[in-house]
Amino acid sequence: MKPVWILPVVAVVGVVGALAFAEAPAADRAAAGKRAFATVASVLQSPRCRNCHPAGDAPLQGDRGVPHAMNISRATVAAGVPCTACHQERNSEAIGIPGGPPGAPHWGLPPAKTPMTFEGRSAGALCEQLKDPARNGNRTLPALLEHVTHDPLVLWGWNPGGKRTTPPVPHAAFVEAFGTWVASGGACP
Amino acid sequence: MKLVVNGKPVEVAVPEDTPLLWVLREELDLPGTKFGCGRALCGACTVHVDGAPKRSCVTPVGDVADKQVVTIEGLAPDPATLHPVQQAWIEENAPQCGYCQAGQIMTAVALLRAKPEPTDADIDAAMSANLCRCGTYPRIRRAVHSAARAIKAGGGDRG
Repeated sequence: MKPVWILPVVAVVGVVGALAFAEAPAADRAAAGKRAFATVASVLQSPRCRNCHPAGDAPLQGDRGVPHAMNISRATVAAGVPCTACHQERNSEAIGIPGGPPGAPHWGLPPAKTPMTFEGRSAGALCEQLKDPARNGNRTLPALLEHVTHDPLVLWGWNPGGKRTTPPVPHAAFVEAFGTWVASGGACP
Repeated sequence: MKLVVNGKPVEVAVPEDTPLLWVLREELDLPGTKFGCGRALCGACTVHVDGAPKRSCVTPVGDVADKQVVTIEGLAPDPATLHPVQQAWIEENAPQCGYCQAGQIMTAVALLRAKPEPTDADIDAAMSANLCRCGTYPRIRRAVHSAARAIKAGGGDRG
């Protein structure tokens, strides 16, 4: 005859085990998401992304991130002169004008109300900002993944022309890391 | 390629990557828009495309097909009447050599549409990328304020 305590023990062990099984992948996903976000952050803070996601209202230029020449800022745009006055749909050298402005479709700064600042943010702060609908233009995580995968202005960062540096990892690796982060539910470091 | 320039449909036979500036000046005989730096840095070549300022020296003409292009020649409502910004430019003696002024005026018109009563800071924000080697910036600023008053008083802006 089996002791009467065996059934409850087996049941408890089973439930705990099942819970552990269910939680382990989630924990793994979160850990993977946090690791992946380090790659994401390294891209967002590279000059090609950071320069149009500045801490202030003036876009930045070059790898050193100096404020845009000619007093250009969000105030310029508000005063009737959009970024696309000078930045066309492709780099100026593509039409035989080396030394002119870089260009890609819908070149511009994030809106003043949702500036999506990359400059000077820690990876954790970047992560929290990125997934916050109140600060990211009301985008879901899959929508963010779509944005970084297909938006031509994002893609320009990996084909910037001239002597401009590119982000630290290839676009495919960035998208893969971003996807891992999205699959984790936006786990933040 | 079909364009609409100063309200008139036109057709030009040029490669699509030809800068709009050269189409305006050499194909359409509209020399009011000036070549300055040729790299979108000085603003002398500024025109309007669908109402927004555009540096025509770096704008491929193919990108403006079927859009509304307005040059300095098309700014005034009719040949006998200057645009209020042009009138203010004369009254305030804004130009010195005058080379940059077509671009300055086109940008000023865009500014006044966005900010009908601009502050000095608004003017600086909009106009800083239009360079004037004669340095008539104080007069340009006065002229913008003067034009704002004229438009508010009913001087009109065709758009």
